[in-house]
Amino acid sequence: MSTNNIAVMGRSQGMVREARHLLFTVAPGALWIVIFLVLPSLYLMAVAFMSNGPYGLPQMPLSLNSFKQLAGVGFLGWSPGNLYTLLRSLWQTLVATGLVVLVAYPLAYYITICRAKWRPIMLLLVVVPSWTNQVIRTFGWMNLLAPGTPLSNAAEVLGFIPPNMGLYPSNFAVTLGLVYNFLPFMVLPLYAAFEKLDTAQVEAAQDLYARPARAFWHAVFPQTLPGLLAGIVLVAIPAFGMYVIPELLGGGKAMMLGNLVATQFSGGSNWPLGAAGAILMLIATFIGLFAMRRIGKRLGGGEEVVI
Amino acid sequence: MTDLTNAVNTTERLDREEARVAAADAAARGKRGASSIRMQGLRKQFGRDSIALAGVDLDIHAGEFFTLLGPSGCGKTTLLRILAGLEEADDGQLTIGGKDVIDTPPHQRSVNTVFQSYALFPHLSVRENLAFGLKMRGVAAKAREAKVAEIAQFIQLGDLVDRRIDQLSGGQRQRIALARALVCEPDVLLLDEPLSALDAGLRSQLQVELLRVQKRLGMTFVFVTHDQDEAMVMSDRIAVLDDGHIQQVGPPQEVYERPANAFVARFMGHGNLYRIHRRDGSRLSTEIGTLQMDGDSQGELVLMRPETLDLKPGHVEGPNHLPGTITERLYRGSHAEFRIRIADTTLQATVNNRGRRLPDVGDEVTVVVAPEDLVTLSE
Repeated sequence: MSTNNIAVMGRSQGMVREARHLLFTVAPGALWIVIFLVLPSLYLMAVAFMSNGPYGLPQMPLSLNSFKQLAGVGFLGWSPGNLYTLLRSLWQTLVATGLVVLVAYPLAYYITICRAKWRPIMLLLVVVPSWTNQVIRTFGWMNLLAPGTPLSNAAEVLGFIPPNMGLYPSNFAVTLGLVYNFLPFMVLPLYAAFEKLDTAQVEAAQDLYARPARAFWHAVFPQTLPGLLAGIVLVAIPAFGMYVIPELLGGGKAMMLGNLVATQFSGGSNWPLGAAGAILMLIATFIGLFAMRRIGKRLGGGEEVVI
Repeated sequence: MTDLTNAVNTTERLDREEARVAAADAAARGKRGASSIRMQGLRKQFGRDSIALAGVDLDIHAGEFFTLLGPSGCGKTTLLRILAGLEEADDGQLTIGGKDVIDTPPHQRSVNTVFQSYALFPHLSVRENLAFGLKMRGVAAKAREAKVAEIAQFIQLGDLVDRRIDQLSGGQRQRIALARALVCEPDVLLLDEPLSALDAGLRSQLQVELLRVQKRLGMTFVFVTHDQDEAMVMSDRIAVLDDGHIQQVGPPQEVYERPANAFVARFMGHGNLYRIHRRDGSRLSTEIGTLQMDGDSQGELVLMRPETLDLKPGHVEGPNHLPGTITERLYRGSHAEFRIRIADTTLQATVNNRGRRLPDVGDEVTVVVAPEDLVTLSE
């Protein structure tokens, strides 16, 4: 009887110790996430279902007006403006991510085959620009691409753009800015993948009659897939919600979803609409991640390769 | 554990089916013509002063189990990679089956390799791994399936073909790697230390299995290893390499019993090498004592293989009788190894355990060697 009691006490003491351990290790992080991520997100979602009050602030009663507005239904009937913004965001993200991959993949490979002493320096060169503020870097591109600059003049002479237009502001400038900005986020995971590449697999493919291109596709590409997908997630999600670069380099002409949301909050025009836009972004991102998982699973031979 | 059981089952099944299989083998041999390999003056250098191969001339016969044996860094793997086309020789000629292939890229050579790390494709299933070479060669899906099924039966893979690579043990991976190379029916199969990652029991099982596969197919196998026991068990002929040079080529018995030089002798596990001071016909005056040879001799060293020596108790006078004292005894059950102090040097002797009393440390013994068992060689 008494031994039983002791055992129970011992167990409860152990549980107390475990609980205290959890409290000190997990609790601070969990608290942080709840206060600064979960609660604001819930508030934002709630705002999306409220009606627009004076000065653009949310108020009761609950309504779906903001979603109707987001879908383009206004006083003057349906307009496709927001739909265009969504499609432009998706397209811009797709193009920018694709270009980042095209630049980063060979670059990461090249860095891997460099002499060991050069590799850290080359990686540093890739990363260093991101140590500067994004806004400042984007202003730099404005100066480089504005009308009358050598780059713009060259593009004019070659007939890419009409006279006196300049490369900035334009969709091209936005794409360029996105590619430049997100390059390191693609190069680093790809470099990590290339560095641990099992060259024996590549040799085995060649030994088994694979031409160089097919050896790449069957033995190199699958090995770099986890790095590639990680890079795509790191690039595409922030690019999709990007605000600064379209704002500055697009000159208001190439609005993306991020700009739409920002305007609704900053101009004091319509918080519920902005919140609805944010929810749309979240949903689009989740769909994208889900698609990535499926693609990764298929290409990776049924293995989980992303997230 | 399952590997071992599998291997044992495999052996039994093989025995049972031997008769039925013999006919199929004859057909297979007719289909797969084995190829010979000729190497002339192959050279390879890495960097400025690392010479991997310093002019290698070697003929490998069709249908032979040929082993490249040597310590790590001797050039054996480089030579194998040149045969596969994965490494380019700086100089020299190479023909496989009479065709000059020195400039042929690996994917155009009818040569397949079993890699040391197996190099299976982890993102593909076992079945897809096995079919890979056939697919790259443009074999139609139906024919691919048939060939994969055939090889799976031949190597006794059973239900392994439906597994994923990460679900396989080391021994299973080894057999998949072998099957993946064999299914392409190459002229020559190259094996780069394929058993070195396996534990001893499994290793000897797979040695037997590999040897049977080679004999049944009659295919030319070029096998790389640093393990002289493995080389002797498996090979028709062995080439011993050191420092990018071929030291000796010959059947296992010849390499073991008549090493061409001191390196080969030491590599094959012989330690009893003694300098010859003076020669008087077939009478040698050496650092361990005076020895009588059979016939003439060349070279400045004499080799006494431990297992050819007899031990007599006490000090006995006679020709080729060397008196000494035992300094160490290693009892190994079936035999015992002795280290014996003679003159100013030591000698190793191996004595079979026939149930008689084995001498002990400190005992005085006389080592007796027959004249025909002495081998002379040069440094």
